Amino acid sequence: MSKSVMLVEDEPNIIEAISFLLERDGWTVRIHSQGHDAVEAVQRVAPDVLVLDVMLPGRSGFEILRDLRRDAATRDLPILMLTARGQTKDRELAESYGVSHFMTKPFSNDDMLSTVRDLYAASAGEA
Amino acid sequence: MVSFNVLITVAVLYTMVLFGVAFYADRRAQRGSSRWLRSPWTYTLSLSVYCTAWTFYGAVGNAARSGLEYLTIYLGPTLVFLAWWWLLRKLVRIGKAERITSIADMISSRYGKSPTIAVIVTVLAIVGTTPYIALQLQSVTLSVAVFTEFPIGNGGGSDLNATAFWLSAGLALFTILFGTRNLDANERHHGVVTAIALEAVVKLVALLAVGIFVVWGVSGGVGETLRAIDASPVADWQPSPSRWTTMIFLSAAAVICLPRMFQVLVVENADERHLRTAAWAFPSYILAMSLFVIPIAVVGLAVMPEGSNPDLFVVTLPLELGQEKLALLAFLGGFSSATSMVIVASIALATMVSNHIVVPIWLNTRPAGASISGDMRNVVLLSRRLSIVAVLGLGYVYYRTTGGSAALSSIGLVSFAGVAQVVPALIGGLFWRGATRRGAIAGLIAGFGLWVYTLFLPAIGAFPQTMLSHGMLGAGLLRPQALMGLSGMDPLVHSIFWSISLNTLAFIVVSLVSFPTPMERLQGAAFVNIFERGDGGIAPTGGQAEAEDLLVMAQRLLGGREAQTLFQREATRQGKTGYLPDPTPDFIALLELELAGSVGGATAHAMIAQINGQASITVRDLLAVADESAQMLEYSSQLEAQSRELEKTARKLREANAKLTALSVQKDAFLSQVSHELRTPMTSIRSFSEFLMEGGMDAQTQARYAGIIHDESIRLTRLLDDLLDLSVLENGQVVLNTQDASLRDLLDRAVSSAGIDGSKSGGLEIVRGSEGEGLSLTTDTDRLSQVFINLISNAQKYCDAENPRLRIVVSQSRGYVDIDFIDNGTGISQKDEPVIFEKFVRLTDQAAAGSAGLGLAISREIMHRLGGTLDYLPGQGGAAFRVHLPLVRVKRAA
Repeated sequence: MSKSVMLVEDEPNIIEAISFLLERDGWTVRIHSQGHDAVEAVQRVAPDVLVLDVMLPGRSGFEILRDLRRDAATRDLPILMLTARGQTKDRELAESYGVSHFMTKPFSNDDMLSTVRDLYAASAGEA
Repeated sequence: MVSFNVLITVAVLYTMVLFGVAFYADRRAQRGSSRWLRSPWTYTLSLSVYCTAWTFYGAVGNAARSGLEYLTIYLGPTLVFLAWWWLLRKLVRIGKAERITSIADMISSRYGKSPTIAVIVTVLAIVGTTPYIALQLQSVTLSVAVFTEFPIGNGGGSDLNATAFWLSAGLALFTILFGTRNLDANERHHGVVTAIALEAVVKLVALLAVGIFVVWGVSGGVGETLRAIDASPVADWQPSPSRWTTMIFLSAAAVICLPRMFQVLVVENADERHLRTAAWAFPSYILAMSLFVIPIAVVGLAVMPEGSNPDLFVVTLPLELGQEKLALLAFLGGFSSATSMVIVASIALATMVSNHIVVPIWLNTRPAGASISGDMRNVVLLSRRLSIVAVLGLGYVYYRTTGGSAALSSIGLVSFAGVAQVVPALIGGLFWRGATRRGAIAGLIAGFGLWVYTLFLPAIGAFPQTMLSHGMLGAGLLRPQALMGLSGMDPLVHSIFWSISLNTLAFIVVSLVSFPTPMERLQGAAFVNIFERGDGGIAPTGGQAEAEDLLVMAQRLLGGREAQTLFQREATRQGKTGYLPDPTPDFIALLELELAGSVGGATAHAMIAQINGQASITVRDLLAVADESAQMLEYSSQLEAQSRELEKTARKLREANAKLTALSVQKDAFLSQVSHELRTPMTSIRSFSEFLMEGGMDAQTQARYAGIIHDESIRLTRLLDDLLDLSVLENGQVVLNTQDASLRDLLDRAVSSAGIDGSKSGGLEIVRGSEGEGLSLTTDTDRLSQVFINLISNAQKYCDAENPRLRIVVSQSRGYVDIDFIDNGTGISQKDEPVIFEKFVRLTDQAAAGSAGLGLAISREIMHRLGGTLDYLPGQGGAAFRVHLPLVRVKRAA
């Protein structure tokens, strides 16, 4: 079974870029572009790694993160958060909610790829 | 004929006798054996300074001219002494209790020791008295002229002027010698009073002698004299009631208020009980003085040649009839009248000038903190002496400038009228506790001013005739002797009517509306209720203060260490061990000073007095303490106000801070938004350009990625443009380019710029009503087009109807045009309405809409700059915006 990534993001061009990058590396990429039902979607899909944008239509990435961490099923899910707002307090907030990694847009493709790989490896090692 | 030299010799000898008497009396007084000096008879005789040369000579003249009118001058004082005896007693009692030194001091004391009032009364007294002094000088020189047959009139010859000069100088010398020998606390001058009493005897004897000679020597008995009087024109005079009333009032006022009368009546009074004697003896004296006035006048008119001056009958009649010795006696009587008046008046005036003008000025001009204890006596004495010289000098100068003219003859009554202006303030202050300082000042100034204008200046001939007949500046109502058109009155009656009534009115009204200070209340109560005060004075019994008690109190007020240091230093200075010095008077004074620094002078004094076992604290002490407390209260309420002010400032600062914090939050949010809007396209650009750099993909994919990069770059650029535009609009730095255009043209341009060609193929159908679009606008057409384009492209992007349609409706009213843009979509939900004009707000999820959400914010800002508005119109079916705009943009001042 191939490793799966779920991407919660609303910018079509960024979705295309990340999908292209990860699929080329052999990941199965599932897309979700709404905020309000993202938590349910993640729990339904149960990906190996979650890439989560902060500014989403309907609901903020922080709230989604918080809810996921509260749920036993997704408490240990590796979550990479992406933000374009570039403020340190956003990073602090995300870390306080238990984010696995925090990344500011724009990112380099290599960083994105290696981060997703590392997160997957770490969670697999623990498991 | 008596030669000039004989006359002068007699005068000088007489003066030397006066010097001797005064000297002797002073010596006796110093030795303390002054029983006879303080007899009620001396007191009563000294009151005769009321009868000056003006009455000695002038009464006869007056009777010869105006019949019995001269009697009013005697009736006034008689009324006061017989009927208003209790008023005099009150004056004398207050004078003693308050250690009053002059009429100015009396009135100013009553009104809270007001220096202003003292100065006003002093000036009033000087102005009123100076002509009177000149009158005395003139009477002496005139009588001298009678003996030596010098020509009488203006200039009178240099010898006459010399007489007046030496007379002034001699009087100044006498007054200085006996009036300022020492500074007696109670301002009594035994030598002067005794000399005045002697002069009183001389003038009475002289007048009686002339009278007796006239009645029995000339007329041949009482019966003959009465017949002569009946036959004489003197008997035909009909008294004018208004003038009589006025004159009686004036002379009654004068006997109390004239500075010299106040001096002998109140200041020089040794014992209140003397008034009992004076109350009947003084009226008897002036009755005796007036007894032979009519006979002398009648006989003088009959015997003397036509045209001789009746003012001098007392001297000229005996001379004419060969009674040279009698004439000499009469001359001495006139001389006595004149000199006694001048001496007492100049003492009284000098006291006022010195106490209320010279010394205050001297104290004020001295450097602060200089010691004033040692040389104070000398300064006061010097200032008294200089004041005496100045007062007499003033009288002499006045005599020289107006001498011999008619101006002098009526000056006696004018002076009376002047000093009568203090009556409301004085009498009112004695009986009405509600009288205030401001009221007294208002009354004094009103009365004084009116007196000067209506009587004094006209009397001394200061006004030209046109002024008298046409009034000041030609205003008939301001004629000095017919104010408000009140003509046909005797000038004296007219002046008294106006000055006293307005004086009293101002005094009462201002007193009623002004509020007295505590000091005024205290003094008012002390004056009005003088008889309710116990007889027991404040005995300054130096009690024995316990040093320890003093230390305890000092510690409480000064603080422990300071108090101990102070006491220890004093103890060391006294050569004692420990820290408790003897409570010497010096030390207590020092301590009081120290305490005054922290609790105020009055409180310190009261506290020390209490501990020192002195007489219980007086009401005055308590009041002063209350005054200080009031000041401290005021100070503390000022502090409170300050702290309230500070609190207010702090609250403002907090508010400003909150506002700044809110602004800062907004700014952070804005920066976050900007960051997000910038980084999002950059993310795509970076990511796809890295893919392209890697290579190894088909040409179609390459082209597609390059296209994405291109689109995102344009999005970035547009965002930056919008941000700059918004920044310029918000800062108000935008330059508007106003020009005329037709609304239809502008809409056409906007529709085509939005990429809609008018056909249905563009997806959005534009529906325009042609009516109303024909109007012409004067505005920045480019900016207005920008708003139109934004609204049209919003409809293009967000209208979710199947067949999207945008209606553009134009209506016009009162110089404004409304352009509504209404689409047929679902519109904007009610909850979103408030935020649609906010920056970076996009209601749809379509990020692809390709804008950062700044469009409406920019449009609204533009409309604001153009003097119009952009609003959302709810309830129109779809999204509806109204552009509201003046037809002609009014340029606002920058």
